[in-house]
Amino acid sequence: MKITKEISIGDVAARSEELRGENMTLNMGPSHPATHGVLRLSLELDGDKVIKCDPVIGYLHRGDEKIAENMTYNQFVPYTDRLDYLAPLANNVAYAIAVERLAGVKVPERCEAIRVVCCEMARISSHLLGLGVYAMDTGAWTVFMYTFNEREKLYTLFEELTGARFTTSYTRVGGVTRDLPEGWLAKVDVFCDGVLRTVDEVDRLLTRNGIFLERTEGVAPISKELALAYGLTGANLRASGVPFDLRKDKPYSGYERYDFDVAVGTKGDCFDRYLVRMEELRQSVRILRQAVRGMPGGAWYAEDAKKVFLPPKAKVLTRMEELIQNFMLVTEGPQVPPGEVYFEAENPKGSLGFYVVSHGGGVPWRLRIRGPSFVALSILPAVVPGNYLTDIASVLGSLDFVMGECDR
Amino acid sequence: MDAAALTSRFPALRDLAGKDMPTYEAPGGDLLAVVKFLRDEQGFDLLADLCGVEWKDRTPRFGVVIHLLTTASKEYVRLHVPAVDDRVPSVSSLHPGANWHEREAYDMYGIRFDGHPDLRRILMWDGYPYHPLRKDFPLAGIEVPLPAADVAEVTGQAVEPAPMMGGPFVSHGGRMSEGEPSALDQSWTEERPKS
Repeated sequence: MKITKEISIGDVAARSEELRGENMTLNMGPSHPATHGVLRLSLELDGDKVIKCDPVIGYLHRGDEKIAENMTYNQFVPYTDRLDYLAPLANNVAYAIAVERLAGVKVPERCEAIRVVCCEMARISSHLLGLGVYAMDTGAWTVFMYTFNEREKLYTLFEELTGARFTTSYTRVGGVTRDLPEGWLAKVDVFCDGVLRTVDEVDRLLTRNGIFLERTEGVAPISKELALAYGLTGANLRASGVPFDLRKDKPYSGYERYDFDVAVGTKGDCFDRYLVRMEELRQSVRILRQAVRGMPGGAWYAEDAKKVFLPPKAKVLTRMEELIQNFMLVTEGPQVPPGEVYFEAENPKGSLGFYVVSHGGGVPWRLRIRGPSFVALSILPAVVPGNYLTDIASVLGSLDFVMGECDR
Repeated sequence: MDAAALTSRFPALRDLAGKDMPTYEAPGGDLLAVVKFLRDEQGFDLLADLCGVEWKDRTPRFGVVIHLLTTASKEYVRLHVPAVDDRVPSVSSLHPGANWHEREAYDMYGIRFDGHPDLRRILMWDGYPYHPLRKDFPLAGIEVPLPAADVAEVTGQAVEPAPMMGGPFVSHGGRMSEGEPSALDQSWTEERPKS
């Protein structure tokens, strides 16, 4: 005989407090594919729902700010590669401009244009990876392969320009390490066509993909007010509807000479952050094209900044004055007057800020690095609770952070 | 930014004549009111950065530097806050984003933020005994026990100072030395702080 028991919803609701299980504490990371590096999230879960999220960072802390106080300005350039290691060129440029502002050095137009090319290529490289892994986190493996293909071409271009594929260390205070190789700009132009095709392909794969939409649309919306209160910058801030882009609003390195649009979202959810990055890729290509085709000639480093930038090697080997200048610069470091400066650049991940305090000489007294990823992660305790455990991968992927810059 | 309105409202502010942006020294007592005034009446809605600094020639030894930004008129303003008795009021009630920055300043310099909701270490582990960005802390670090006591018991390991011998990328700069730039003196002790 079949025994049935009728349960009314009302009875269950009345017993809901009694039926509630214990909350579970779950450690996500520090080694977890969705945390993109060594991030640990200490989560409190009620079933599948996140009640509390406490990010634990510092696993990649190397003391970069301490190291910077113990070496000359140019010696620190390789350390900036390892901040946002997905866009080392952009970090190099931001650091060089910060120190140049303090030293009062103005670089020539060609140098500025080279740096813009570097920054935009770094942005494309970083966004391609960001989108690839974001799609992978939400279940679409293929996109990663498409975007990595393009990144590989970028790395080849980086290698030709700087001599290294990942850790480029391309800039110096007052210029860059070397001029553009011959025929390189034409290759960048060809790359631009290819990357646009890939972006379109990714667009077709993801933007109207039902699974991707389910996992991102409406998930973890960040309101305009919340984004500003937490100091979010870059694409994350713009996705929340704040049209703020340092390239437009505080132009540096000659960005005012280029024509481009700033992508702004409306809802600030995970899907908006994806859309903003997709549009930024296209705008970056637009800037890149203008910079490549209008590359000015002339000097590629600040020739009059004799106390900051190394003289050309040929002159060092043949002339006394330049030999002494070279020796003094290498041993004493670029000479920067006493003072302080704060400079933020629009990096792929957001505003990368350098606050430099100098008491003169070749070594900074204090060098503070404001990492956009550090700030982006600080918003997690406000955004993640209320979402499901599975949404965390979407949220983390959409914020597009990198731990090298967060932990410094 | 309306500098006149700011200084007439807060006469205790000292203009430091910043070269790249308006810079003021704000005493800790005024800080919250100044930041609130800047946020609500001058539109400085985004806290760009907050960091601790150990000053070379100032007393008190430590201070906090805050950079505020307005997204409307795209301007920055910088506030220097001296940390009297290593204490500074927390601005995280006005800008929640200051929370982590203040935790970092506490971690690195030992500056305490009055009114901070959760002042824990952030980059170093809980229970770490030093504040590493202080100038009297050696670059290589100081030996401390492992954060995990159970692992330390089994392995007998500790967190050791970094090997610095002949480190070629450490230089004083600015001063001419007789030889090649070499590693800093790492014989740091409590009695004889690093010069």
